[in-house]
Amino acid sequence: MKKVVGIAVLLLVVGVVTTLGSFDPESGSYTFLSPFNLENLLQRIGLYGVLSLAAAFVIVTGGVDLSIGAVVCVAGCVLPWLLRDLEWSPWLAMPAVVLGCGAIGLWHGLLVVGVGLQPFVVTLCGLLLYRGLMRAFTDDQTMGLGDTAEGLRWFATGKVPLTAEFGLPVPLLVLAVVALATWVLWTRTVAGRHLFALGRSEQAARFSGVATGRLTILAYVVCSLLAGLGGCLFVLDVNSAQASSFGNFYELYAIAGAVLGGVALRGGEGTVLGVVLGAALMQLLPNTIRLLGDSDKLEFAVVGGVILLGACADEGLQHWLARIRRR
Amino acid sequence: MASPPLLVARGVHKAFGGVPALHDVSFTLRAGEVVALVGENGAGKSTLMKVLAGVHRPDAGSVELDGSPVELRSPRESLARGIALIHQELELCDNLTVAGALFLGAELRRGPFLRARAMAAAARPWLLRLGLDVAPHTPVAALSPGQKQLLEIARALRAEARVLIMDEPTSSLTQGEVERLFAVVRDLKAAGVGIVYITHRLGEVRAIADRLVGLRDGKNSGELAAAEATHDRIVALMVGRALAKAARTPHAPGAEVLRVRGLRTRAFPQQAVDFTVREREVVGIAGLLGAGRTELLRALFGADRAVAGTIDVGGRALAGHGPADAAAAGLVLLPEDRKHQGVVLGMPVDQNLSLPTLHRRGRWLDRRYERELAVRSIADLQIATAGPGQLVGTLSGGNQQKVVLGKWLAAQPKVLLLDEPTRGVDVGARAEIYARLHELAAQGLAVVFVSSELEEVLQLADRVLVLRQGALTADLSREHMGEQAIMLAATAMEAS
Repeated sequence: MKKVVGIAVLLLVVGVVTTLGSFDPESGSYTFLSPFNLENLLQRIGLYGVLSLAAAFVIVTGGVDLSIGAVVCVAGCVLPWLLRDLEWSPWLAMPAVVLGCGAIGLWHGLLVVGVGLQPFVVTLCGLLLYRGLMRAFTDDQTMGLGDTAEGLRWFATGKVPLTAEFGLPVPLLVLAVVALATWVLWTRTVAGRHLFALGRSEQAARFSGVATGRLTILAYVVCSLLAGLGGCLFVLDVNSAQASSFGNFYELYAIAGAVLGGVALRGGEGTVLGVVLGAALMQLLPNTIRLLGDSDKLEFAVVGGVILLGACADEGLQHWLARIRRR
Repeated sequence: MASPPLLVARGVHKAFGGVPALHDVSFTLRAGEVVALVGENGAGKSTLMKVLAGVHRPDAGSVELDGSPVELRSPRESLARGIALIHQELELCDNLTVAGALFLGAELRRGPFLRARAMAAAARPWLLRLGLDVAPHTPVAALSPGQKQLLEIARALRAEARVLIMDEPTSSLTQGEVERLFAVVRDLKAAGVGIVYITHRLGEVRAIADRLVGLRDGKNSGELAAAEATHDRIVALMVGRALAKAARTPHAPGAEVLRVRGLRTRAFPQQAVDFTVREREVVGIAGLLGAGRTELLRALFGADRAVAGTIDVGGRALAGHGPADAAAAGLVLLPEDRKHQGVVLGMPVDQNLSLPTLHRRGRWLDRRYERELAVRSIADLQIATAGPGQLVGTLSGGNQQKVVLGKWLAAQPKVLLLDEPTRGVDVGARAEIYARLHELAAQGLAVVFVSSELEEVLQLADRVLVLRQGALTADLSREHMGEQAIMLAATAMEAS
């Protein structure tokens, strides 16, 4: 809980600083608060937030999924292919892609649980394998949706108007639904309790009769399902995908958002709210840099620096609190 | 003698999160003396030792070495001043060689390069001194627990330790290894090393200590000279009252509840084990270390897959081969490795207690069930905890064991398997556990336990099964079981 408060405060501080720094004397308004900027930011938070929740599912079990970006690429390339080349109905194609990505997760889970391979190895090879296969499959050509997915695109680019100028981006609502479902699963069901128990101690959970193997596999399946869903939304957003670059590094954004939000890499720790806030901060920072600086060259450096600073501050805070309690 | 004592602690206070662990504790150790520190779990023995070893810093009080006050800020600093802590759970790096482990942190080198051969040569005298009969290039992983213990001591001596703190050094040693260790301790004593010895085995205390220092509830509870340390007086020092010996009244066994046929474990695939256990029976499984006792229990519970064999619980064959299936059929295991297999250390008491039974209440978390179970178990088993929300990792060993017992009792088992149920558990909690097991047997439960302590087997069991090299060599009823009969069956020469 303390971690959630910490990340919320950090988010608020960066938000206020960005707002004040984005004051435009000519128009007399704050650029950060313009409907265009806010809608854009919230949409990205929705898209990347889904991926961070995906990553969190596996990290909670004590594993890691490095293939999220590659699965995004698979979804981004296969969806246009189904729609344009095979002329599937959009309402059939998208569920098929998401389920297909779930099958990738099943494969990961079986390799980790059944064969006993390290999650890092399995998903690192997945990262290379799926992107490589997609590049060969698409012959490095851009896969465009054209106008075949007009109805579906609402999920990625649609808005629910609140005022005349501002509407809530639909991806943010998608994230809200996914987050709510995850929260219920994690905190209100026996499966969720078992998931966190096995993340803390796989052996003790197994010796308590918890079906640790099945649950771990489930976590990988959910992770890839959500990555597939995210991939569909991303390609619907930009309307085309290029296998060599689509979804590059997204696994790292996803993992960073989850970890920033208090999901411990050793497993068994984390909250849904924390993950969402962490993902939000991951998107807010680049926005800040673009508004306050002239270029986005420093984007990676600033994001990396802030995460590191946050981790240090958190560690320092814990020590400080512990010392106060000891007095 | 004018020379000051080797090590003195005066008026030490230490609290964790507001809960006092040590209150005005004093302690003296002279050179060439073995002091046994006795007390129940949670009495503050480990905390005091960690203060002396620089792991914890005291909130108040002082530590003096050779008469001058010292501040011990880290284990490294303590070691540099000659105070070494030999851990209960051995903390040697398994991937190193014996010589490498011996010189860890003080490697012989030339520039950045290790001098492996020089270290191997330098290691030999140390190994010889401790009677450790292994080559310096042997991997640590290949050593027995007893050899690892000796290696840890060698490491402390190599670092010129003058104070050795040994926390339950014999808990995983064989009888021969214990004797070897005692010989080493006597040697060190003669060489002027001061030794603090912590154990729950009162027989050992009398065999090795010069003086006993008692701790109770974080305070000094008195001292005893070795000569006046009778069993009862030691117990009185620890618990402040005399313990009634659990009066054993064997119950008339009921219907057969566990039937094992042709069970072959992975460790001993050539040996098939057959036995049955009836309701209200308490069966002990005896045998030497490595006789396949733990492997047998694990195979029964489904934690390891058996090579062959059938297990019937309550007349019905076990459907699957995992712990979940065994637990569903009413066969549960209290494992040997409590910290890794028994409890989830990072989870609170209530969540540990409900872990195996939550799913029986449906798919949704039944918080009320969890709360009620926690309140009931804490009261029933007298688990000493600040509340259901306390992390299990912060409980003492005996209380952790009670949590494991509680979580399985909630599953209403037919057969309760226990692997070394009282390892690292003090006499007070031991008596409670024994009484509880008898009570459970009286209620109809079949209890099967493994123990390395013959005394415990003889006191607790109605019947004893003896294992040797994976084979069942004896099935002794109450009137036939005795120390001699068990040892004979456990150690008889291999018939070729």
